[in-house]
Amino acid sequence: MTEAFNEHFGALRDHLPGQNLSWLTALRQRGLDRFAKNGLPTPRMEAWKYTSLRPIEKVDFAAEGVPRACISIDRAPSLLPEATESHRLVFVDGHFRSDLSRLGELPEGARITTLGEQMVDDPDWLHGHLDHLEAPLVQPMLALNTAMMMNGFVLRLARGTVLPHPIEVIHLGGAGDAPLAYHPRNLVVLEEGSQATLIEHCSHLGEQPYLSNSMTEISVADGATLRHYKLQADALNAFHLATVKAEVGRDATYDSFCMTTGARLSRNEVSVRLSGQGADCHLNGAYLVRGEQHCDNTTVVDHLVPNTTCREVFKGVVDDKARAVFQGKLKVHRDAQHTNGHQLSKVLLLSDRAEINAKPELEIYADDVVCSHGATAGDLDHDALFYLRARGIPEAAARSMLIEAFLGESVDQIAAEGLCPALMASIGHWLAGSRGDY
Amino acid sequence: MLEIKNLHATVDGKEILKGLDLTIKAGEVHAIMGPNGSGKSTLSYVMTGREGYEVTEGEVLFKGKNILEMEPEERAGEGLFLAFQYPVEIPGVPNTTFLKEAMNSVRRYRGEDELDAMQFVKLVREKTKQLGINDEMLKRAVNVGFSGGEKKRNEALQMAVLEPCLAVLDETDSGLDIDALKTVANSVNLLRGPDNAMLVITHYQRLLDYIVPDQVHVLAQGRIQRSGGKELALELEKKGYAEFTGAAA
Repeated sequence: MTEAFNEHFGALRDHLPGQNLSWLTALRQRGLDRFAKNGLPTPRMEAWKYTSLRPIEKVDFAAEGVPRACISIDRAPSLLPEATESHRLVFVDGHFRSDLSRLGELPEGARITTLGEQMVDDPDWLHGHLDHLEAPLVQPMLALNTAMMMNGFVLRLARGTVLPHPIEVIHLGGAGDAPLAYHPRNLVVLEEGSQATLIEHCSHLGEQPYLSNSMTEISVADGATLRHYKLQADALNAFHLATVKAEVGRDATYDSFCMTTGARLSRNEVSVRLSGQGADCHLNGAYLVRGEQHCDNTTVVDHLVPNTTCREVFKGVVDDKARAVFQGKLKVHRDAQHTNGHQLSKVLLLSDRAEINAKPELEIYADDVVCSHGATAGDLDHDALFYLRARGIPEAAARSMLIEAFLGESVDQIAAEGLCPALMASIGHWLAGSRGDY
Repeated sequence: MLEIKNLHATVDGKEILKGLDLTIKAGEVHAIMGPNGSGKSTLSYVMTGREGYEVTEGEVLFKGKNILEMEPEERAGEGLFLAFQYPVEIPGVPNTTFLKEAMNSVRRYRGEDELDAMQFVKLVREKTKQLGINDEMLKRAVNVGFSGGEKKRNEALQMAVLEPCLAVLDETDSGLDIDALKTVANSVNLLRGPDNAMLVITHYQRLLDYIVPDQVHVLAQGRIQRSGGKELALELEKKGYAEFTGAAA
């Protein structure tokens, strides 16, 4: 498979955007070299111990550099109520579709654009921000992304700019007539005191398997706030690998929530560096998987300076033979006194063959900190189930009520008006056994 | 209304009920009293179909139907209600949602139309007013953070909304202050009518001052040892259960 990606690079080399930018060509080459050296991650690597990418190797993915003839769809699905104002970008199989997107009016100081446009319009700015965040893990998929990155969204907010409406980014896959692999590269730069809400929604159009290997770099400068929410409802034959790296400055907040219902195999890897005093991050998530799905949530939070906080709660429901992975690491560096870090993984296993691999980790080098972690796994509460049934509620409905309640507590934490009902609806669809087209 | 014949039941392989007979007619209120470990709670769980309670012999006929083969929700649909000794806390499920789902499930079972949100709110307001229950309790998650008294009031409210044919009250008086006790007794008395029946399971006589029974039974060692009128409860209060447990012999 490693060779296949090398071939993809060879085939695409002349089609990749930004050919004229020598720094970018060099960056791509470095990515390719790093990827070639390590190859695809294997379970022999500590960070990939519980997630094997072998199923990906069984699919003969094609690389594609040129947008396909337009697949026509009336409108892209939205997670927000119809009347909600938003800035919307739509990508189909990794390509930006301006005809489906609607940027709307932006306040002064805000720019929402694509990586491709940014390479043309403001390559110097891009040079100063792309691939600038440190990686705490060995990240072969990120190296591959760096080599192959084609397009993605770019959000720039100048100092003090507050976006009143959310940005909605919709990624649709599977539209081609062959299995496709693509590597979206996204960049979010929030300058001092700016604020935005970013909602990502991954879904699918056609029948073909696809591999989305995305990378999102986020910097939240002093006093800025980014709320970043994602619903991954990719096709059940798709592969979704997403890496997020965030740097959070003084008194800044990064609030994230990722809900997973889709993909044959998915990994949501988030690493956050809390680098300014008063930096705060919330890394929350929910997942519902069944059949033979595999869902991996991996997080690393570095507390680098004093007085930073992190709160992390992942809740999952695993049925049939599905497998879930939670790896969460809190690292408190030597100078990071008064760190407040809490992490929790809670899972409902609905069948005997469902599996969770939970690995919470605390690594603490400061002595005056408040940190906790916990992991629970179990079946639905039998007493609660009996109580509901004894009041006349049929078993299936009672189970659904308990599962919705379990996940609902997480969803309620989301601070984006209008998004929670859509996420609750997708939980409802999952429980009803169907996959809603959300 | 209810006919229990020669009921034997085991929990974890241990026989708890050893040939229990009990008949309750419509319009009657019966009390079962007995010492700890006599099988009082087992009886209530066997009747409502809790997992882990295995019937080895005998039958339970409710309105002429053998309910032992039914799922718990079907028994509720038939009109059987258990007020729990320890009401269960269910985080994340608002009390209103729970009540509405329960009521409409029971209505569906009976082939009746479901109530819409407006009709439901009207009904619940009426019931909370009758029982003197604060509406604020409806917004909270089911029993979460409720005091002992609030939990039992909540049971009373559910009973009032679901209007069962037969209500089984399992140690409803345990851990209750006098006000909560009155609320619960009040809801039982409101439900009382020629078409309903009650089975009050209790350890102490106190509750029976407020819910006056037609018959009192002593349950000990897995069987009804003695039956009588309401004066039997007073006698038990004085003499204790020693003569039924074999301890005195």
